[in-house]
Amino acid sequence: MHVPDGFLDAPTSLATAGVAAAGIAIALRGARREVDDRIAPLAGLVATFVFATQMLNFPVAGGTSGHLMGGALAAVLVGPYTGLLCMTVVLVVQALLFADGGITAIGGLASVAASAATFVVLYSLGGVAPIPFDTLLTAMLGVHALIAVGEAVVTVAAMSAVLATRPDIVPQHLRPRLAGAL
Amino acid sequence: MRVFIILALAVAIGLATAVSPFASSSPDGLERVANDQSFIEDGRLAGVQEDSPVPDYAFPGVADERVATGLAGFTGTLIVFGLASGAAGLARKRPIPR
Repeated sequence: MHVPDGFLDAPTSLATAGVAAAGIAIALRGARREVDDRIAPLAGLVATFVFATQMLNFPVAGGTSGHLMGGALAAVLVGPYTGLLCMTVVLVVQALLFADGGITAIGGLASVAASAATFVVLYSLGGVAPIPFDTLLTAMLGVHALIAVGEAVVTVAAMSAVLATRPDIVPQHLRPRLAGAL
Repeated sequence: MRVFIILALAVAIGLATAVSPFASSSPDGLERVANDQSFIEDGRLAGVQEDSPVPDYAFPGVADERVATGLAGFTGTLIVFGLASGAAGLARKRPIPR
């Protein structure tokens, strides 16, 4: 479940929409500088993988599940600007095609823990129900810490798979130094 | 590269179509906290979402829930791939020199 409309009041929703719009504008410009022959074919794949894996909820403690956000993986593989645009495509399709996540959630929040913490801050500013900040923070960060572990595991596994099969598509600075041993 | 893209896309489609119906159906972190803290009822659909074609990842007109989920994953994956690849292609065609 992404944040639906109705959780955050109108001024907060407008503010997040403004931040999202600015972020997307910056990312569009940055992506045109960033997208090269390595990244262009990968961007579609990264967005697709993010969408597919976001459907794969895994159980965490006590009757709760989590799912990958994928922003970290996207940023590592195709760079931050293109990665943000990939996340945005996924969120737009989810919101409009599957009614998953409100329109104001389309901002490409990049990681589980950051999303959870950001949500708590936004909720403290403009949440429609009077829930104490510390109660919400504890509840959200607790469960999302577990989910973030899952995200880290999946991200590392995905990067390992890419490094093992196609190290040439990994950004230069991330490739392990093989020192001619192979 | 083309082979890699096709294979990777096949893996993504496989995950979204065949694995997603078996994903955990427990509420995710946000939904769980929203239920526990009793603000889940505040959530609502935006106007445009009321007519969404595949609401909540259940492909319409399909009785079996697992098949409906798998179809939702299949179509969503293809649509996301098309849109994102198209956008990347556009960015490539109109580069800003570094």
